[in-house]
Amino acid sequence: MSILIDQNTKVIVQGITGRDGSFHAKQMQDYGTKVVGGVTPGKGGQDVNGIPVFNSVKEARDKTGCDAAVIYVPAKFAKAAVCEDIEAGIPLIICITEGIPVLDMVEVKKALRNTQIRLIGPNCPGLISPGKCKIGIMPGHIHKPGDIGVISRSGTLTYEVVFNLSANGMGQSTCVGLGGDPIIGTRFVDVLKMFQEDPDTRAIVMVGEIGGGDEQLAADYIKRFITKPVVSFIAGRTAPAGKRMGHAGAIISSGDSTAEAKMQILRDAGVIVVDFPDEIPQALAANLK
Amino acid sequence: MKIHEYQARNLFIEYGIPVAPGNVAQTPEEALAIARKSGFPVVIKAQVLVGGRGKAGGVKVVNNEADLGAEFSRIKQLNIKGYTVERLLVAKAVDIKKEYYLAVTIDNIKGDVVVIASAEGGVEIEETAKTHPEKIIKFYMQGNKELDEARWVPVAAQLFSDPRLQKSATAILQKLIKLFFEKDCSLAEINPFCINGEGNLIAVDAKIIIDDNALDRHPELVALRDMKYEDPDELEAKSKGLSFVKLDGNVGCIVNGAGLAMGTMDGVNLLGGRPANFLDVGGSSNPEKVLNALKIILRNKDVKVILINIFGGITRCDDIANGILTALKQIQIHVPLVIRLTGTNETEAKALLTAAGLTTFTSMRQAVTEAVKHTR
Repeated sequence: MSILIDQNTKVIVQGITGRDGSFHAKQMQDYGTKVVGGVTPGKGGQDVNGIPVFNSVKEARDKTGCDAAVIYVPAKFAKAAVCEDIEAGIPLIICITEGIPVLDMVEVKKALRNTQIRLIGPNCPGLISPGKCKIGIMPGHIHKPGDIGVISRSGTLTYEVVFNLSANGMGQSTCVGLGGDPIIGTRFVDVLKMFQEDPDTRAIVMVGEIGGGDEQLAADYIKRFITKPVVSFIAGRTAPAGKRMGHAGAIISSGDSTAEAKMQILRDAGVIVVDFPDEIPQALAANLK
Repeated sequence: MKIHEYQARNLFIEYGIPVAPGNVAQTPEEALAIARKSGFPVVIKAQVLVGGRGKAGGVKVVNNEADLGAEFSRIKQLNIKGYTVERLLVAKAVDIKKEYYLAVTIDNIKGDVVVIASAEGGVEIEETAKTHPEKIIKFYMQGNKELDEARWVPVAAQLFSDPRLQKSATAILQKLIKLFFEKDCSLAEINPFCINGEGNLIAVDAKIIIDDNALDRHPELVALRDMKYEDPDELEAKSKGLSFVKLDGNVGCIVNGAGLAMGTMDGVNLLGGRPANFLDVGGSSNPEKVLNALKIILRNKDVKVILINIFGGITRCDDIANGILTALKQIQIHVPLVIRLTGTNETEAKALLTAAGLTTFTSMRQAVTEAVKHTR
């Protein structure tokens, strides 16, 4: 089992005719993901690697019955792309695009209100249920099917963590990259809940970083509701205070959002916090006995 | 992007938010002309983008022309947290009867714009928020871009008992919200928001932060950036699509992705070294980026080794490898390179580098350990 996506998930790719969109559509296909269509306005009727291109999400949804959409369009078109998915009722939207203005995301959040639609990202690597389905930009081959659930605010740091898990024979049920922006569709707490309820996830790895208050909310949730072991790595202990480190969300806004403070709060909630990503497998092994 | 008080104040004026008469001055002569027009007493305020200017002596009320000249020159010579004072705002001093707080900002976790108001404004607002959270009013816009007066009016009544002030505050807030949305702000703050001697509301300070991701649609705001507050290397890096922050160590780092870049810095530190910088080459890498990253890092004479830590996703390892090979041909690299490549197109990348006689690592810990060794 896995959360959010599995071997039956049918995906459309928005921005499929662009450099990143076409490259990753092929990578996803090669991984075994059911990529059933692409959307680029004005390019309907073409095909990319045998994937039919449609002019609109609605048309793609009607013709393919897709249940997920992944967005690779430039930042200035991203709000419209997400809103088009919401309008068409796509239940799962994954937005890879980075650099979206925050007020555009406020509008997206408004459009999501009172719907059952789940948005992952933006500015995220996507998600993968190893061996079943990959939606996003992560390198598929480093993953292995298994029973560890992975949640992260980072992209490449997640790959580092997964690489170490797989190298130690610890496969993953699903790995979810939440994204590094201040406003994101899905947060730690949402995914913690799904992993807790997923019978095939035995333990959870949570990768956080400085800035914002998500890890603190997660710690509170873990203390109250999570019975499975949680191991965490928090990046940014050596990041200078108040400096912007590329992720808009990774700004130290108060004493509580330093890496050290987050590590302490998580420890207090019973989470095993490690100092280096390659220490995660051992920490998991010790807690899965 | 932070902008100066006088720039934020100009936006307030543009949107009809009341401020005291005044203007920005670079010389005592300019200051004098402004003060004569507005009338004494005036307040002169250092224009710096760092907090704590009041405590540093950068704000002063002056009552006459002689004091204005002397105080202007004194403040102009101040060094406030490492920054010199280029300009001062000169404005008619407000006879403050009461200080409020009013701001529009974004609640990231709720994903909504929020109005924050308090009847206890001034410099202690953050302390008030901690010790007396009940004195801070939060009003969520619920995704709307205009103030829902039916919801707001009862809130205004908590702040002001006088119906005239309630109405006036509501009108000012509507203007602040309009400015916030139209200029893609992440913060628009009036602190203190005051009742003056005539019993009217007036903005006595102005603070605005613009969302960097939205600057593309505001060419008029880009010009407001004060380059003095930007590190030239960081600016150059940004123009080349890199994200760079200089630190004080000696292990140069080139990494893809902000999280892994921070994780790499932490790793260097944990294994006994000190990172010289944060550098994220970003996604969709092209070989040119690696060349530019190396050039920027090599300018730092403290750097004893460069650690390249790439975990390919949207970044392809072979693009990075080609960048390294191009750089080796074009520039003199006088320090050792420690290269770790894993992920998308890793095999191709390693073949390219091995053919050129370079060693690559697969494990991050091994690469970091090797890099730290070169600093000993």
